[in-house]
Order: sequence, then structure tokens, then C-alpha cells
Amino acid sequence: MPTLKTAETGSFSKIAGIGAYRAENLVTNDDIAGPINSSDEWIRQRTGIITRRRASKDVGVLDMCEEAALEAIASSGLKPEDIGGIIISTVTFPYMTPSAAAALTDRLGTGPVPAWDISAACAGYCYGIAQADSLVRSGTMDNILVIGAEKLSDIIDPEDRSISFILGDGAGAVVVTSADEPGISKTVWGSKGENWSTIRMTESLIDVRDDRETPFPTLRQDGPTVFRWAVWDGAEVAKEALTAAGIEASDLAAFIPHQANMRIIDELAKQLKLPESVVIARDIADNGNTSAASIPLATERLLREQPELSGGLALQIGFGAGLVFGAQVIRLP
Amino acid sequence: MAFTEAEVLAGLAEIVNEETGLAVEAVEPAKSFTDDLDIDSISMMTIVVNAEKKFGVKIPDDDVKDLVTVQDAVDYINKAQEA
Repeated sequence: MPTLKTAETGSFSKIAGIGAYRAENLVTNDDIAGPINSSDEWIRQRTGIITRRRASKDVGVLDMCEEAALEAIASSGLKPEDIGGIIISTVTFPYMTPSAAAALTDRLGTGPVPAWDISAACAGYCYGIAQADSLVRSGTMDNILVIGAEKLSDIIDPEDRSISFILGDGAGAVVVTSADEPGISKTVWGSKGENWSTIRMTESLIDVRDDRETPFPTLRQDGPTVFRWAVWDGAEVAKEALTAAGIEASDLAAFIPHQANMRIIDELAKQLKLPESVVIARDIADNGNTSAASIPLATERLLREQPELSGGLALQIGFGAGLVFGAQVIRLP
Repeated sequence: MAFTEAEVLAGLAEIVNEETGLAVEAVEPAKSFTDDLDIDSISMMTIVVNAEKKFGVKIPDDDVKDLVTVQDAVDYINKAQEA
């Protein structure tokens, strides 16, 4: 019997470069407080958000992906034709099929490389990094674009007090390449399907098809349940990720959690007993919760504002609708 | 060892104090967490998790909304201890 040939096992993987698209419209708390009978103070106190960024009507998920991707490719010292694959995490690309990633190959001019979308909401970027890490190390692909991109302003209800007011738009992209030394640790990831409806769309597309009076589906969440899960279960996941990486919290240069809510970030940091030397990403105050885009956007900002963090280790953790979670330690590009 | 009702109230007051900065004396049985003590849903979850750890009980998310007053929480914890 013949022995099957397999991909030649690669070496290690790393994040080589990063890019960002930040939406052009700055939306203040006062701008959105009216329909939810709220105030700037109420929103700040409960979420830590001062502003969020939202894209114009004529800017779509693909436009955001393209800008972030081109920046990430350039910062990796590569060209679009060097890209070996594209993974986009998004829940707001407005077509169930075909994927955003397939369209992006054409826009970027990468050539006919494998390209696909993943649906893992706010954990999606960490899921994408896990996939890219495995694909590079297995020798299956190299130079993989991983993008988190969301136009959440398309699925908000201005009168919803559960989640809409925290959401923003944006895209963050990185290129995962082969490396001589480990730059991405083993991912700790999973799901909690019994809480499937904790963060959810109000209706399915079939509901809308069958009853044209049904309002356009928008997002909702059970906030306190999400808070409890994200903080206390999330802290355990984060600790597991440190153990899997073989490091201690004191080895970290930065902690970059999904930018869901400042109070989740604060409580997570408290539960993890992070030393003061660890820089904590707090991009949410200015840019809101951008789901899959929030970790790469927060990372890009940290590296821009504190370039000395480059080369240091960062613990990143995503958690969201599913419920799903993913965490790994990366070496910052 | 089960906690007495007075111990649960005192322990709960300490947890509320730690989370919100409210004086322990302010955490009286008849006080509503939301209306009187101005505790929001996120702080309430932190209080619940810390109460679970302190008293060795389980308080599922769905039951938290029924804990309107401090006495409701004391009663719930007392009952959960017996279970």
C-alpha cells in the first residue's frame, strides 16, 4: 500500500505585522443616549465607553478588511501576492455565502489562495490565530492573513439597552508567518453551547422570510450572565493559556482581552492578579466594542502608542456569542 | 459548618462594602439592592460570585433577579446552605 504524502511540517509561527481600519464617525454617548433613556454618565459608569466609532453607510465589511489587510501586509514586509491564505472572522458580512474572504483575495490581488470566514463572534480573532498557527506549523500554508472585521452598526437597535449602545465598527488584521522561534502559544479554546441564546440575534432569517412584518434582526445579550461568564470562567481560561504557554503573568508585557466592557477588563485583570508591569489594553473607552476586530485593533494601538512593547509577550483572550472562548499568548510584532 | 443568619448578613455587608464602598451598616435587611443601595446588575453579579465563595453555595444567574432586597439574599443563602 502506498504511503500518503503530507504537508512538510513547518517550523514555528509568529505574527509578523499588523494593520487597522478605524471607522470614520466618532459617536458620543450623548449621541445615542436618547432612545435608551440614558445618559453619558450612565453609559460611562456601566461600560467605561466614552465614544465608539461607526462606519458610514457606504463603507462595508470588505472595505474595512481591505484597508486593515493592506496595512498588515506592508508592516510584515510582504506583498499581496505573498499571502498564502485569508481567514476572516466576522458576523456582519451581509451575505451568508459567498464569503468575505473569497472576495478579499480578488480585491487584494493575492492570487487564488484558500480563503474562508469563521463565525466565532468576539472570540473569532483568537480562533483565527489558532487556525493560522496550526496551518503554518503543519506546513500547510504560510503568510496567512487573519482579520477580525465587523460592521456592528448594521445589526443594532437604537432602543436596545442590552448591547447596541456599546457597539462600534472596525477591522484589525495580522499576517501569521513561519518563524524560527515560537511566536504563538497553544490556544486554549472552547464553547458553552447551553448558553447559546445568551448573546443572540432577535430573529432568524427564516423568521423574516416567513413573516415580512418581522423587524430586521438585531443583537441582544443577557449582560449580567455574560459578565459573570466572561470574568470568572474567562479568568480560568486565561490562566490555562498562560500554563499552556509555559509562562507566568509576570512574563507578560501586555494583556489584551476582547474589548467588551471596561468593567469586564478591570475585573478580569483583578482576578488574574496581573503585576503592574503588565500593560492592559483599554481601547474600548474610545472605540467601543468591535467584536472580532477588538483585539487586533487594541493591539495595533498599543504598539503605535507604546512601540517598546514590540517583541514582548501578550496574553490575548476573546469571548462572546456561542458562547465561545479562545486565548493564547503571542509575541508582539 | 453552616453560617447563622446574622453571620450571613454581616458577611454580605462586607462583600457589598468591598464592591461598592458602601458602609456595612447601610446594608440593612429591608434595603433594596437596586433602589436603596444603587447597585447595578454588574456589581450585583460580583457580589453574588463573592457570596458563593464565602458561603459555599450556588446562586444560578436565573435566581439573581429574585434577590431584590438584602433579606432576600440572606434567606436564599440560608436555604442554599441547608440543601
